[in-house]
Amino acid sequence: MVTQSVRSARGRAEVIIAATRGVGAMEEEMHTDAKIRAEIGTGCSPRGPGCSLRHFACEQNLLSRPDGSASFLQGDTSVLAGVYGPAEVKVSKEIFNKATLEVILRPKIGLPGVAEKSRERLIRNTCEAVILGTLHPRTSITVVLQVVSDAGSLLACCLNAACMALVDAGVPMRALFCGVTCALDSDGTLVLDPTSKQEKEARAVLTFALDSVERKLLMSSTKGLYSDSELQQCLAAAQAASQHVFRFYRESLQRRYSKS
Amino acid sequence: MAEPVSVAAEYLAGSRARAARTVLGQVVLPGEELLLPEQEDAEGPGGAGERPLSLNAGARSRVRVVCGPGLRRCGDRLLVTKCGRLRHKEPGSGYGGGVYWVDSQQKRYVPVKGDHVIGIVTAKSGDIFKVDVGGSEPASLSYLSFEGATKRNRPNVQVGDLIYGQFVVANKDMEPEMVCIDSCGRANGMGVIGQDGLLFKVTLGLIRKLLAPDCEIIQEVGKLYPLEIVFGMNGRIWVKAKTIQQTLILANILEACEHMTSDQRKQIFSRLAES
Repeated sequence: MVTQSVRSARGRAEVIIAATRGVGAMEEEMHTDAKIRAEIGTGCSPRGPGCSLRHFACEQNLLSRPDGSASFLQGDTSVLAGVYGPAEVKVSKEIFNKATLEVILRPKIGLPGVAEKSRERLIRNTCEAVILGTLHPRTSITVVLQVVSDAGSLLACCLNAACMALVDAGVPMRALFCGVTCALDSDGTLVLDPTSKQEKEARAVLTFALDSVERKLLMSSTKGLYSDSELQQCLAAAQAASQHVFRFYRESLQRRYSKS
Repeated sequence: MAEPVSVAAEYLAGSRARAARTVLGQVVLPGEELLLPEQEDAEGPGGAGERPLSLNAGARSRVRVVCGPGLRRCGDRLLVTKCGRLRHKEPGSGYGGGVYWVDSQQKRYVPVKGDHVIGIVTAKSGDIFKVDVGGSEPASLSYLSFEGATKRNRPNVQVGDLIYGQFVVANKDMEPEMVCIDSCGRANGMGVIGQDGLLFKVTLGLIRKLLAPDCEIIQEVGKLYPLEIVFGMNGRIWVKAKTIQQTLILANILEACEHMTSDQRKQIFSRLAES
């Protein structure tokens, strides 16, 4: 059909690439207690001294079939998200007063296993806290995430991609959310947005989902050994880093709407 | 433990609520709160200096503002729930605060009462037809909701037909119901859409743009070829021209309109008009 080929030839509609690096100001003021050392020459991630986030990029509305889609890149980690909804729901799964939210996470290789199921549940709980499901009872909202490449901080990248895809689909939400990962070194050094090498060598890896209104904690998933005060320090660092993510969201959405 | 938290508090620059007036035309994100202008009573039509007496001398009067798509009321503020540009329309009669809404780009349709949509008949069960309108549920259409339809004189509607109708019941709790007559009982253009032609889907924002009163695209398209065109608010457009080739060209132009600037569009139209 001629119409089909035109649609694919037109290709991706809005390509928004914005580079943000969260460096500088935040390190001086935060974590006067924590031992932060300059990270010179750690692995392959080109970062400035202290804690900083990797290069971000986001692209919206790139898939033609889902109601909303987004691709989120953090350094070398890339996740593609598609959202369908509010759509028909099977009678066995419908909830009488709110939307049924389903999250499907597909790994890059192999069949989805228990780790994917557990991440799906975490992402679903985060989305349910933020989506206004009561506006669409007896419908289903499905978020499909495909891991394109995994180079550390995968759960946070999935959360960011899911948020951008939900915004693209026009699902009503009470706030935006973002994911930030922290890794704690054996000597207590805090690294934000770790690469897979840093995650493997870390003593503890903590992922937080924060909302955009008051930077409140929506979800936390932690692995490893850490103390109470270290948890609070990581949370504070994540809250400060989330500002940069939300500013990046705002810039990319403004750029998208400025074209029309 | 208190120290890191207090340091973080400096960064909790939560979205301060902004006045809706200052944000008009700008992109707003979900989670933002907007303050409504609290106006004193406007000067009455009686003349300068007259103000209606109010029993509570100190209280400022509230203005009635309509909350459109993308906004929800939260206390006495507006909470933005969708991303898009904030728009405002002044009230026609001069009373009240007007309408605020968010212009967002969406592909999925949610049934709204009064919207005219194109549906596809999927099932005939007893006295009603099930019509797929692109929402979460198929809408129901009674066979009596056509012009001139009686129990003896049933309309000629088959499964797979295209129907142009409007919603009479469309809310989140009930199954949507549509009819093909207006409140006076006349068809007014609604009913079964004829044979041939092409149905295709576009985004909801494009439909609103094409249906705006001062849209040049439709006028230019009309000058190109003689055509029949039906717009459904659910993102569906049905188009029919004399030959299949012309129909396909029109369909491609309308789909591409969303991403073209007006200059590119004029170029394409002039090229087509020559050939």
